Amino acid sequence: MSIGADTLIQASYFVAAGLFIFGLKRMSSPVTARGGIVWAGVGMLVATLITFLKPEMHNYVLMTVAIAVGGIVAWVSGKRVAMADMPQMIALYNGMGGGAAGAIAAVELFAGEAHGVAQLALGVLGGIIGSVSFAGSLIAFGKLQGLIKRSFRFRGQNFVNLILLAVTALVGAILVVHGSGGLPGHVVALFALALVLGITMTLPIGGADMPVVISLYNALTGLAVAFEGFVLDNAAMIIAGTVVGSAGTLLTQLMAKAMNRSLANVLFSGFGDTAAATGSTEVKGAMKPIDAADVAVMMGYSEKVIVVPGYGMAVAQAQHKVWELAQALIGRGVAVKFAIHPVAGRMPGHMNVLLAEAGVPYDIIYDQEEINAEFETADVALVIGANDVVNPVARTDKSSPIYGMPILNADKAKNVIVIKRGQGAGFSGIENALFYLDNTRMLYGDGQAKVAELVQAVKTL
Amino acid sequence: MIDGFIALYIFMLAAFTGYEVISRVPVILHTPLMSGSNFVHGIVLVGAMVAMGRASTPLEIGIAFVGVVLAAGNAVGGYVVTERMLEMFKSSKGKK
Repeated sequence: MSIGADTLIQASYFVAAGLFIFGLKRMSSPVTARGGIVWAGVGMLVATLITFLKPEMHNYVLMTVAIAVGGIVAWVSGKRVAMADMPQMIALYNGMGGGAAGAIAAVELFAGEAHGVAQLALGVLGGIIGSVSFAGSLIAFGKLQGLIKRSFRFRGQNFVNLILLAVTALVGAILVVHGSGGLPGHVVALFALALVLGITMTLPIGGADMPVVISLYNALTGLAVAFEGFVLDNAAMIIAGTVVGSAGTLLTQLMAKAMNRSLANVLFSGFGDTAAATGSTEVKGAMKPIDAADVAVMMGYSEKVIVVPGYGMAVAQAQHKVWELAQALIGRGVAVKFAIHPVAGRMPGHMNVLLAEAGVPYDIIYDQEEINAEFETADVALVIGANDVVNPVARTDKSSPIYGMPILNADKAKNVIVIKRGQGAGFSGIENALFYLDNTRMLYGDGQAKVAELVQAVKTL
Repeated sequence: MIDGFIALYIFMLAAFTGYEVISRVPVILHTPLMSGSNFVHGIVLVGAMVAMGRASTPLEIGIAFVGVVLAAGNAVGGYVVTERMLEMFKSSKGKK
């Protein structure tokens, strides 16, 4: 082993860590974001290639095979996945990272190399967190992909999870106290428990809460990677992992805040796809249906239309038609704006990605704070596939489970058009008072088909 | 090599860096940012490679192999989807 190789390796890790931070910083503005990921990618490539030069390593052939297998599968799946399915894909890749951190911890614990108590403790902790993130992300993937249809809940679920966590921590503590090497049975138990914990923690969480969950597991994987970085004396892993851990924590908090709920509430209350038994609001009035032709006239002769997309637009794959409609309206001199709620969809910023896919320029897409005051001056608010994020009950009904959640003020618009598949309550099971307002009309049917009708009708005005 | 308080300093500074770097990100970039940070923790690949390089028993090699496959998936998949998403973001004012 030569000093030269070691210096080269350290230097390349240093450069990689710098490029990651630089790349993430570039990603904070839409203008420079594209370059940001490329810079971070260069850092990753350099770090990976240089690692092959590390002295006293073996298993190179198998290592290369493993990289090829994982890389090719991920490359192909990443290129093919539809934009609407992006949340589950990100959950999956994130889970893989957590699993890798867990695997590192397992190898180190089985190999029993001499580590100090602090390193051993961090290694065990990183292993637990990584395994929880791995199993949890796989469950999140299964739910979003529709493989797991319902949420499993039973009495005392939180208590069982708490016991699981305590036992996992106990086994981990035994491993740390015992020191490096030995106790292979305990190592197996540790990872089995952590995996089960990840599953039981995630199963009860409903689809609407997924933006928070995906973001949380992203942060946890980052943390696990940082901890394993301490075990392997790898500064690049420590820095990159910690940066992601803290960035992810911030993002998770933003998501939870957008729903006016604490993180603990998201994780442990089990709400998210069923209404709490208490807050059943009686909504008076009736939903009033309308034809596509009438909606087209209404929108075609208005001055300002605000479109509010939700998860339903993703399900119906209606984003391209929505943009076509917006273009037709803009062509007639109507001002069209898009209003996005922070937790619309299944991951943070889900709607923005879909609209970008359809070609909607990002400067007519607005955040909640930017646009909420404008609804009062809008002639039409077109709600497509959104539900809870426009439910005025959140402002008024203290008994509602979504009370206090900041919403988009679509109800303040002069006319509200809601495109909706049927009359039933949304995925959250909460009745939406917006649908019953005097200025609201319902356009029933498949999102894509109905918007296509609107496009035709507007064009023939 | 990196131990004790030096490690703590690195940890603390990196945590603040992460917080600062993304604290003013607009909502429209939340997904690419999450996906991008998802890619960045793909650096776990380097660790998995080191663990595999040191592994000696078949059990260790087996676990490390799985670790490297998963880590490579994280890094490559994270990059591909982030790049695909960012490619789509366009402004209405001129195109580049």
